[in-house]
Amino acid sequence: MVNVVVLGGGTGGTAVANQLARHLGPELRRGRVRLVLLSDDPYHTYQPGFLATALGKAPLGRFRRPLRSLLLPGVELQVDPARLVDTRARVVEGESGRRYPFDYLVLATGAHPFLEDVPGLAEAGHTFYTPAGARRLQQALASFAGGRIVLTVGIPHKCPVAPLEMALLLDDELRRRDLRERTELVYTYPIQRLHVLPEVSRWAEEEFARRGILSQTFFNLERVEVAGRVAVSLEGMELPFDLLIHVPAHRGAGVVRDSGLADREGFVPADRFSLEVVGQQGIYVVGDASNLPVSKAGSTAHYQAEVVAANLAALVRHETPAARYDGKVFCFIEAGQAASFVEFGYLRPPSPAPASPALAAMKAAYGELYWLTARGLL
Amino acid sequence: MQEPVQGSAAQQVATRVVDARGSFCPGPLMELIKAIKSEPVGAVVEVWSSDQGSRKDIPEWVQRAGHELLYIQQEAGYWRIAVRKAR
Repeated sequence: MVNVVVLGGGTGGTAVANQLARHLGPELRRGRVRLVLLSDDPYHTYQPGFLATALGKAPLGRFRRPLRSLLLPGVELQVDPARLVDTRARVVEGESGRRYPFDYLVLATGAHPFLEDVPGLAEAGHTFYTPAGARRLQQALASFAGGRIVLTVGIPHKCPVAPLEMALLLDDELRRRDLRERTELVYTYPIQRLHVLPEVSRWAEEEFARRGILSQTFFNLERVEVAGRVAVSLEGMELPFDLLIHVPAHRGAGVVRDSGLADREGFVPADRFSLEVVGQQGIYVVGDASNLPVSKAGSTAHYQAEVVAANLAALVRHETPAARYDGKVFCFIEAGQAASFVEFGYLRPPSPAPASPALAAMKAAYGELYWLTARGLL
Repeated sequence: MQEPVQGSAAQQVATRVVDARGSFCPGPLMELIKAIKSEPVGAVVEVWSSDQGSRKDIPEWVQRAGHELLYIQQEAGYWRIAVRKAR
């Protein structure tokens, strides 16, 4: 029997498990392969929904489904937080004390918001990158009566268009509530433009000018003065605020850090094409958990899952793995009535599509279609 | 902006290499900022970038953040840019 363990029940883990179940249907039915998905959460969450929750547009429950309901029959779900990956014994140890042996392992342990790296942030700032944070920000925005909102962005963060989307959708929401004239909206970004992709940045500049959104580039939040309500950057800039919304820096999961599989920031070094973990034969990484220089986004995890599932299926059948990840990333960019998208790869520069209402409708529909992606159908 | 320094002596002091070739998003500068944040003062991070814009973008941030640009070295199809964390 060949044991395959997928660690993590997010977008990457769920997609890779389901795609493996499709590739290896006959082997799973004959009992030649055991395919275990190990997750710390019995629910699967569509994380882009947090933005909608924070803006009061949808409850969190709309973006959560039981993980089991998304998995194909060949996938054995074990809800047991992983404590350690023992790469010598080739076993994952769960917090329950159970051990999950593997011949092949896929790390899909994600990237996790880390607010503690900025002193004062937890006391005086808000975020929409966690369920609790989104709810708390929703409450703060509901009672907001005008003033200065400052948006700051940590590195690395997932969903790289979310900071821009928050600024634009917040502008819409403040106008709808007739608060925009009483609000100064300040968007900051860590580097010298409004978004890392120059084309997206130019589009954002036009949107910001049209909407009167202020911006401050080269702003890396270093600390928050809680009493004075001032955001201070490591470049020495100070921005007073009435409401601070921060996109937190992320780090890798505890289990990969504790198992010696991660770099200093907690992300897993991997071959950029095969996605095999550096120095670890038969162990792969998909999605936000890797330290590859690609966007931490659901689409990245999905495209990587296709590669890893195809190659693992080949290995199980003693065939040659031939699939290669080409760096593909796809992101919708939501801007209220209109939306755009951008797609790129290691060798393909991005070229954003013209924003249109039709793309906004497609983006809204994708919120539902996502569940087909997780099932490995789309 | 400091002038590029040629030579292998500077190259040897790099304590960490960040291969950001082919990275459009988050891009070489964000990869550099991420690495610098978690390195100790005095560490030298060498970032590899295939984006010509990095030759301008990275020195500009390094100057604003108060770090030190050590060298920009051109290779076949990419640049090696080294930064010492100064604070």
